[in-house]
Amino acid sequence: MEPRPRSFYVLGAFFVLFLLFLYGPTITIGILSFQGESGGLTFPMRGTSVHWFRNLFEQQAVGDIWGSFRRSFALGMMVMVTTVVVSVMGGLAFRKRFAGSGLLFYLIITSLVIPSILISLGVGLMFSQAGLTVHWATSGFGAQLTWTLPFGLLIMFAVFNRFDPSYEEAAHDLGASPWQTLRHVVLPIIAPSLIGVALFGFTLSYDEFARTLLTAGSYNTLPLEIYGMTTNVTTPVLYALGTLTTLFSLLMIGVFLCVTWFATRRRAAMGSDAGSGLV
Amino acid sequence: MGGFRDMTGRIRAGTVAWLQAAPMALVLLVFLVAPILMIGIVSFWQATEFSIVPAFEFDNYEFLFGSSVTYRVFLNTFKYALIVWVFTFLIGFTVAYFLAFHVRTLTWQIGLFLLCTIPFWTSNIIRMISWIPFLGRNGIANSALISWGVIDEPLDWLLFSDFAVILAFVHLYTLFMVVPIFNTMMRIDKSLIEAARDGGASGVQILWNVIIPLCKPGIMIGSIFVITLVMGDFITVRFMSGSQSANVGRLISNDIALLQYPSAAATAVVLLGTVLIVIAILLRFVDIRKEL
Repeated sequence: MEPRPRSFYVLGAFFVLFLLFLYGPTITIGILSFQGESGGLTFPMRGTSVHWFRNLFEQQAVGDIWGSFRRSFALGMMVMVTTVVVSVMGGLAFRKRFAGSGLLFYLIITSLVIPSILISLGVGLMFSQAGLTVHWATSGFGAQLTWTLPFGLLIMFAVFNRFDPSYEEAAHDLGASPWQTLRHVVLPIIAPSLIGVALFGFTLSYDEFARTLLTAGSYNTLPLEIYGMTTNVTTPVLYALGTLTTLFSLLMIGVFLCVTWFATRRRAAMGSDAGSGLV
Repeated sequence: MGGFRDMTGRIRAGTVAWLQAAPMALVLLVFLVAPILMIGIVSFWQATEFSIVPAFEFDNYEFLFGSSVTYRVFLNTFKYALIVWVFTFLIGFTVAYFLAFHVRTLTWQIGLFLLCTIPFWTSNIIRMISWIPFLGRNGIANSALISWGVIDEPLDWLLFSDFAVILAFVHLYTLFMVVPIFNTMMRIDKSLIEAARDGGASGVQILWNVIIPLCKPGIMIGSIFVITLVMGDFITVRFMSGSQSANVGRLISNDIALLQYPSAAATAVVLLGTVLIVIAILLRFVDIRKEL
């Protein structure tokens, strides 16, 4: 291998600094969440303790954190499943020509670039004028889909742009019905990418703030609860909560990445049975 | 006869496509199109002290365009968008360039790329909060600068200032530049670069005349993300400026907090129009569907 040019080391150093910039603050609040009982929001550490984590389990100290976590988790799961199903169907639709596909595509782009507060305001107004009560599982759910579906569909575009249609033609030639082709050929091939769509669906919903602000109703989701805390909580309990939910996000990312990795490997192992079908 | 079968086949395929696209269309109609129409309608309504009343008058817009605050706030919004765009582009391009052209194995490329994208899947609010211990009056930055003897007094403008707002934006949104630029760079045929080098081009010339033109679609997609996210934001500006700076998003959220929905709606209509015009300009340079 040729020796690395000097630019490699300069850019490498830049990259390391960038990672430090990305992760440094998060790591800092991770450390500060172990702040001693008399410590404040900044260094120095006055001893170490798990006092602030214990605080999270006391209702009077932080409000309804666990209830909001349960709601966020449930909402994330709902958004995730819906995003995967609707995006795959949308992706399949866009492989064919249909009247209005251009319009639908522009709607998707609009959904992606529209300032979140407009969705919040519009859905909130719509519900109140229709005499409906906003609730995280109805208006909140729909408002979040306008953010996750574009990501899901764009990933499906990327997937189907790389999809080799000769697999489907082969299945068709062997007499498979369209549904069988989809079920036994297309879906298994795109499965690892679907896990990616699911990851986007869940995490974007779990962290979404602006689009749920006016659409969640009287029961807060976790980001709304955290936002409320920033205005009236001035102790490291905020950091403890931040550390826990970041760890939870990382755990979910890890789970999704592991599943993708296994799915890809399994597909690689099963993809070609050439030579093994001699019996 | 064959032609007839073809036609029915095409119609069937069209129907299937329609059914497959229907759920997405339905969600967007109910939660995107209808809310936008609702905002448009309400922007002509009247607000009384306790409620909003259907009407058709231009008062909200007259007030909006008649107030010098509006122009200042819009200008401020553009200022944030422009400055953040410059920084995210420079940082994002450099990082993507390093990953695509200096990291040699695909495994490392994917690994380091994932490392760059993971924060995207964690909470923005937490990531904003996490700047407090750095930038606060007794924060790490001030302590370090004082102990190095650079300053005697802690700097007040680190947290709750425009500086903090821009820092947080760059921190949150650089990923949106890295990902699409990296994606286009990975698809550049390496032989083009070798050809340029064989032709006697210097590193800078290759960067300027080969790589940047080929990366244009990625740069455009990243720019669209960053500019729209910054222009539509209200929470970062509010939190990081300590409510001292304003952008259009905050104008809207303040009106909402005061239950002045018609006025919020009018501002929202103007904001949406502005954002869409900016996007339309950027989209002239790139066909998104081809670039995925």
